[in-house]
Amino acid sequence: MANHQTKQSGWSWWYLIFIGLFLVSLWVPLYNRVDPTFIGLPFFYWFQLLLILVGAVLTAIVYFATEA
Amino acid sequence: MKDVNWVALVVFVLLFGFITWLGFVAARWRKGDLDLLSEWGLGGRRFGTVVSWFLIGGDLYTAYTFVAVPALAFGAGAIAFFAVPYTIIIYPLMFLAFPRLWRVAHKHQYITAGDFVKGRYGNRWLALAITVTGIVATMPYIALQLVGLQVVIGGLGISGAGWVADLPLIIAFVILAAFTYTSGLRAPAAIAIVKDTLIYLTAFVAVIVIPIQLGGFGHIFAAVPPAKVLLAAPTGNSTGVYGVYITLAVGSAMALFLYPHSMTGMMSASSAHAVRRNAALLPAYSLMLGLLALLGFFAIAIGVGDAQKFPEFAAGFAQYKANFAVPALFIHSFPSWFVGIAFAAIGIGALVPAAIMSIASANLYTRNIHREFFNPNPTDKEEAQIAKWVSLIVKFGALVFVLFVPTPYAIDFQLLGGVWIIQTFPTVIMGLYTRWFNDWALLIGWATGTAVGTAMSAVVQFKPTWPLMLGGWTLPGYTAFYTVILNFAVAIVLTLVFNAMGAARRDQTAAADYRA
Repeated sequence: MANHQTKQSGWSWWYLIFIGLFLVSLWVPLYNRVDPTFIGLPFFYWFQLLLILVGAVLTAIVYFATEA
Repeated sequence: MKDVNWVALVVFVLLFGFITWLGFVAARWRKGDLDLLSEWGLGGRRFGTVVSWFLIGGDLYTAYTFVAVPALAFGAGAIAFFAVPYTIIIYPLMFLAFPRLWRVAHKHQYITAGDFVKGRYGNRWLALAITVTGIVATMPYIALQLVGLQVVIGGLGISGAGWVADLPLIIAFVILAAFTYTSGLRAPAAIAIVKDTLIYLTAFVAVIVIPIQLGGFGHIFAAVPPAKVLLAAPTGNSTGVYGVYITLAVGSAMALFLYPHSMTGMMSASSAHAVRRNAALLPAYSLMLGLLALLGFFAIAIGVGDAQKFPEFAAGFAQYKANFAVPALFIHSFPSWFVGIAFAAIGIGALVPAAIMSIASANLYTRNIHREFFNPNPTDKEEAQIAKWVSLIVKFGALVFVLFVPTPYAIDFQLLGGVWIIQTFPTVIMGLYTRWFNDWALLIGWATGTAVGTAMSAVVQFKPTWPLMLGGWTLPGYTAFYTVILNFAVAIVLTLVFNAMGAARRDQTAAADYRA
């Protein structure tokens, strides 16, 4: 009963996904580059825009995984 | 008045008329007794997932954001994109912390962060510190919404001398004040649906149509100076712009949900589930903000700031500086009728957050200052009435601020507001998880962070960053981020001391109040 456990402690291991998201979105040297470009957009821009979508999907996954 | 763009102005005025009507009829939406503060100031906690999505989105992504972020890209380049990791980080924070706040607030009928702090720590002075910080940090934020409105009114070509020049702003403000007074939080909730629809429309049209006009993103970025396309890599013993980018993102994310208008938006949701669902759905706004940030580069590529090429924009840039980049870009790229829609989107986008901010400040004053220190037992009707009057006073204060204080000061104050509001993080957010912290330790930590943060900001002439020296390294970073760490350190050390001395611990809430 993973859901039950969430209720008891307020913590879920699914939340570790968020830490991964934080590290990637804050690791600037990872994406501070021009290539590869996508439809003319430098990597710096399209990668971070893509990361917004990834973050939303991950949040939705954690939502469904932890929803009672 | 010879430069007025009449078609755009007519569209703008029609849309403004529509939302004015909407603001007043909203009083009857999901009808409740508006003589109760929880109805007037929190919409009766009846907004489901969809309405909350519009309300919180319309609340957090303000008109000023839509003008200032592209303006920063236009002026300074890649650094403006810190808004993207910033808005990526906020949603997991919202997902984790705010259902807890919603539940405890619902259980104990808390309306403000001050109510929660009072209940959690049993310390009226700590609650007062949180309340005053909220109100003081919000005032310049409301003023900046008016700056956003001023820029688009200027973009419509309305100009004049003396008070006539300010008349459109004053009219917009009277409208705002009247429907907020009458309908409370229902008005911005209803208007947010119109505002957000217009903003999405404008953003997507802009990022599709303008790049086509300019021959694609490749051409656009080829026209941008290379120094603006990427962040400069750090050199020597410094974390350089990288550290600035990261601390701006983290510090802004920590601060955002502490603002009273964010709290009000969140607490007006109908359930903790609605808050959690919105953490996954609100990133749609972040995507739009990221796309809008690109408009700054479009403006560079077209060269709207070049007075030789575009003499018609010279006056606008002289008056509004880089903030004129987006209006100039729209006027250059769109037919007049669509300029009217885009400007109305930004203008209405100013009214929604301004209304919620004034309601949130009024709730704080009424619950945590008036009720706590002047009249402990008002009737429900008196309480709601005080809040309505205070919402007017707050807005009038912001209007006076914008009309008589030069704009750069409003921006300085808003940056200071970020430094101040973040100091409530240990008390409010940690308080959602633990009662370990001593309330006096938190208060002293808050005072230290606020005083040091204000002094540091003054030393660097209200730039948002501070060049921290540590062990032979220079770590330039967001002042708010550094000072909240100091605040935490003070609070932790003093809590250890006070707890060792056996300090008393009061708490109205129970651990179960925070969970589903």
